[in-house]
Amino acid sequence: MSKTVETWPGKIASTFAKLDSPHLNGGQRLAVKYFSVAVVLFLAQVLFGLLAAIQFVAPGFLYDILDFNVNRMVHINAMVVWMLYGFIGAVYWFMEEESGVAIVGLQLGSLAFWVLTAAVAVVVLVYLFVQIGAGNDASIWLINEGREYIEAPRWADIGIVAVMLVFFYNVAGTFSKGRWSGISGVLTLDLVALAGLYLAGMFYMTNITDDQYWWWWVIHLWVEATWEVLVGCIMAWSLMHLLGARRRIVQTWLYIEVALMFGSGILGLGHHYFWIGTPDYWFSIGGFFSALEPIPLVAMVVHSIYDSGVHRFKNSNHPALAWIIAHTFGNFLGAGVWGFMHTLPQINLYTHGTQWSASHGHLAFFGAYATINIAFFYLAIQKWRGNVWMGADMADNGWKWKWSLALLNIGVIGMTVALLIAGYEQSFIERAVEGSTWSGYFAAQNHPWFQQAMVWRLVFGMVTLAGVVLLIWDLLTIGREESRLAPAIVPAES
Amino acid sequence: MNKTPPLWASETFWKKVAIWVTAGSFVILILLTFDTLSKTRAGGSRVRSYSIINQEIDYRFDQKQNRYVPMIGKEAPLFGKALSEKEAERLVTLGKKTIQAKNCMNCHTLLGNGAYYAPDLTKAWLDPMWLSVADRESRMLAFLQDPEKYAVTFGSGRKMPNLAITEDEAKGIVAFLKWMAAIDTNGFPNNFKTLTSEAQP
Repeated sequence: MSKTVETWPGKIASTFAKLDSPHLNGGQRLAVKYFSVAVVLFLAQVLFGLLAAIQFVAPGFLYDILDFNVNRMVHINAMVVWMLYGFIGAVYWFMEEESGVAIVGLQLGSLAFWVLTAAVAVVVLVYLFVQIGAGNDASIWLINEGREYIEAPRWADIGIVAVMLVFFYNVAGTFSKGRWSGISGVLTLDLVALAGLYLAGMFYMTNITDDQYWWWWVIHLWVEATWEVLVGCIMAWSLMHLLGARRRIVQTWLYIEVALMFGSGILGLGHHYFWIGTPDYWFSIGGFFSALEPIPLVAMVVHSIYDSGVHRFKNSNHPALAWIIAHTFGNFLGAGVWGFMHTLPQINLYTHGTQWSASHGHLAFFGAYATINIAFFYLAIQKWRGNVWMGADMADNGWKWKWSLALLNIGVIGMTVALLIAGYEQSFIERAVEGSTWSGYFAAQNHPWFQQAMVWRLVFGMVTLAGVVLLIWDLLTIGREESRLAPAIVPAES
Repeated sequence: MNKTPPLWASETFWKKVAIWVTAGSFVILILLTFDTLSKTRAGGSRVRSYSIINQEIDYRFDQKQNRYVPMIGKEAPLFGKALSEKEAERLVTLGKKTIQAKNCMNCHTLLGNGAYYAPDLTKAWLDPMWLSVADRESRMLAFLQDPEKYAVTFGSGRKMPNLAITEDEAKGIVAFLKWMAAIDTNGFPNNFKTLTSEAQP
């Protein structure tokens, strides 16, 4: 028994070692490890989402075994974590090329990866097998913090901060040693904000108004500000290396996006402060600034279409470019349009806390973040295989990436529309007509329009799962038989 | 292609704009945060002191403000015992910690935030589902400790699972819900008819 215990870490390490490719630099090898775990967590996100979706249609399913709150928690936590893994991986991927030097603390970065991955595994096991605790501090420290999106127990919070510090050390240290650029400068400052904001969610407060005030600092200022800027950096680098876009143009756009994104997103935080007990001046501030939030996303669409058009879509990695295009439109529609639709307080009074938020959440997280991560997985696999050709005329006509792209987009858009219909119905029946009592809530939940919407959400959830499975199969096989090399792209540095 | 772009399209101009806009927005957010937190302290007019659980709480439409507002009424100690501010805070804290440890927020919403699988708890204390003011406390305690047995599913088939909530924890949750019902949420939820609204129009 003790021998088995001793050899397990070794076995896991040697499995991951198989991911090392001679075509990659140190940072890129580490990135591939992050990407591999990200894909596994993506699959977990969709599987647990599907369990929760089944429970909406058949409430007895897994009752008292894996209740809705457990499935939903794993669903959203797996999502947050795989997206962070994707972002961290993407930054490690381009760090050496962008800075011109080797990563200063690669060993430390690698250690941080193992610590984070082990911590994520323990947290998930506790979520699944312990689930809940008594109403005391020990539960909050060891089991579950019970606050949506940042449920991770406090010990894990501290671990996450430590790992983020190592990551930040590598980013700041490597660029300081090598050369700075607009992309790396924005990235470094953004990471300071991203890591600092997490601290705002690490305190217990009985006053639920203050509790939710700070909780939104983490959630909103991550996903509607610092994450958007982080993917802006990743996108800028990708456009240079995928299409050969000029650095000066890409970086100018990046600054414009930072100005618009932070200019609207920081005070746009106010749209979460309408109904939690905070003063009503947030109606005007939150309503106004969050209504501006789609503007940077429109700018991103213009920017990427401009770059793609100038370079006549010529590139040697069609799946990556297709996913970047999906990203710009998905970000604009999901985060921009779907967010705007219910952001004004006059509407939000009726839509707040209904499936409207779920509809927006699905399209926004997919459109803004899942897409760019998947694009980066394709960039990585191309280089991992030795920069093979992944453009037109692929061996099997690239049917797997095309089908997984179609299934994932159709699946998520289908879920989004189904949830939107459910949200409309809830806003009218539960909120406007019935006045939000429990019987009003169930009147809306039992209505055939809601029930049908939940069935369609489940159907499109299955389409999404099929897309993820096909995506994983494709990532494991694409370019394996390919002998043609992709032409090296030299980004225009001026 | 290489000629110098005009100022409005130059990298340095937008870099400065980005820095100033970000810094300016952040400074405004910090100032607003100080102001908001000073107004949301427990004990103010928006978020009441914890000992508010010693009094009647209701929720009514206010003509002047044109929205629903919490109403504070006469003495009505929770579980028949008036608590000091410290004791009340201790009980509400136990309730809040239990709500977190039982992961309530991943089925319910609190102040409208959370998951959407179970009803919003913002005004749960005032919900007509408890049938009468006289039996409300005992019904809530019984339900929380054995939600399967006392399930009211309104025909949905959705039942709260048994979460091993003790009697003390259940009392804490009830205290927390009563205290939360007194928070001024700017009229959310709108049009909510409370347990007592038919008796006292």
